[in-house]
Amino acid sequence: MIGPVLAARSDQELDRGSVLPDLRKAPITKLQLVKYAGASGDYNLIHTDDETARTVGLEGVIAHGMLSMAFLGEYLCWLAGPESIRRLSVRFNEMVRPGDTLTCRGHVKEQSTGSAGRQLVLEVWAENQRAERVTGGEAEVHIT
Amino acid sequence: MDQPTALSPDLIGRVSEVVLFEVERGAIRKFAEAVQDQTPACLRGDVAPPTFPTTFRITIPGLTYDLARVLHGAQEYRYQRPLRAGDRVRCRVRVADVYRRQGRLGEMTFLILVTEGVDESGTSVFTGTTTAILR
Repeated sequence: MIGPVLAARSDQELDRGSVLPDLRKAPITKLQLVKYAGASGDYNLIHTDDETARTVGLEGVIAHGMLSMAFLGEYLCWLAGPESIRRLSVRFNEMVRPGDTLTCRGHVKEQSTGSAGRQLVLEVWAENQRAERVTGGEAEVHIT
Repeated sequence: MDQPTALSPDLIGRVSEVVLFEVERGAIRKFAEAVQDQTPACLRGDVAPPTFPTTFRITIPGLTYDLARVLHGAQEYRYQRPLRAGDRVRCRVRVADVYRRQGRLGEMTFLILVTEGVDESGTSVFTGTTTAILR
């Protein structure tokens, strides 16, 4: 994984509609959800305890929505570099469960060039193995 | 327990205390490892991943709800710069909006919370906007 991948692209390769490379994440595990709960401070037990999840009508634990947003954060770091990210805005559309494999995808919505370099508005989303967009929205990056 | 907590528009404008958070290298690394974030600067603990401000947990007096009934509907972060190890960030959360809307699962309450993070020079570093949906 070598980034930022977009810095190497020409303006033409970042035109509106240009498809961005995918970032495929490893399948989500229950251990990852326990680690994420600890690292993020989100101790809602519907993410780590099946019994609690069932009491609220779920089949079992579901991933934190913020974990899939974190995947998109990593995606932006890979695409543009951590210093270049100006905005990430998402909606949580579908539940994610242990065993699901998410892939981050995106394309360019707008490109403009200013004194600070190139500004890109990207549509980005994480989709599961059934190609359902579980979490997605818009991001803005400035590439100098 | 059967009744959802009543969240009324009276809460709009209510703010938390200002809370100081120190961005620790170990906390960045732990977060990046949990996410399996391969960004080198994040794995080293130098630069915080973009969603790291979610670790800044702040409560607003008078704002309570049943965790089992809340859905995270949407989240936005705007950044002036990334957070780095050693940053000391002062954060405050504000209730920006409370409204009811008919949704797929009946009437739901939408709660919009805005978190501002300011560094030691007094410069805004990030703004987070959380949309929580209470059924």
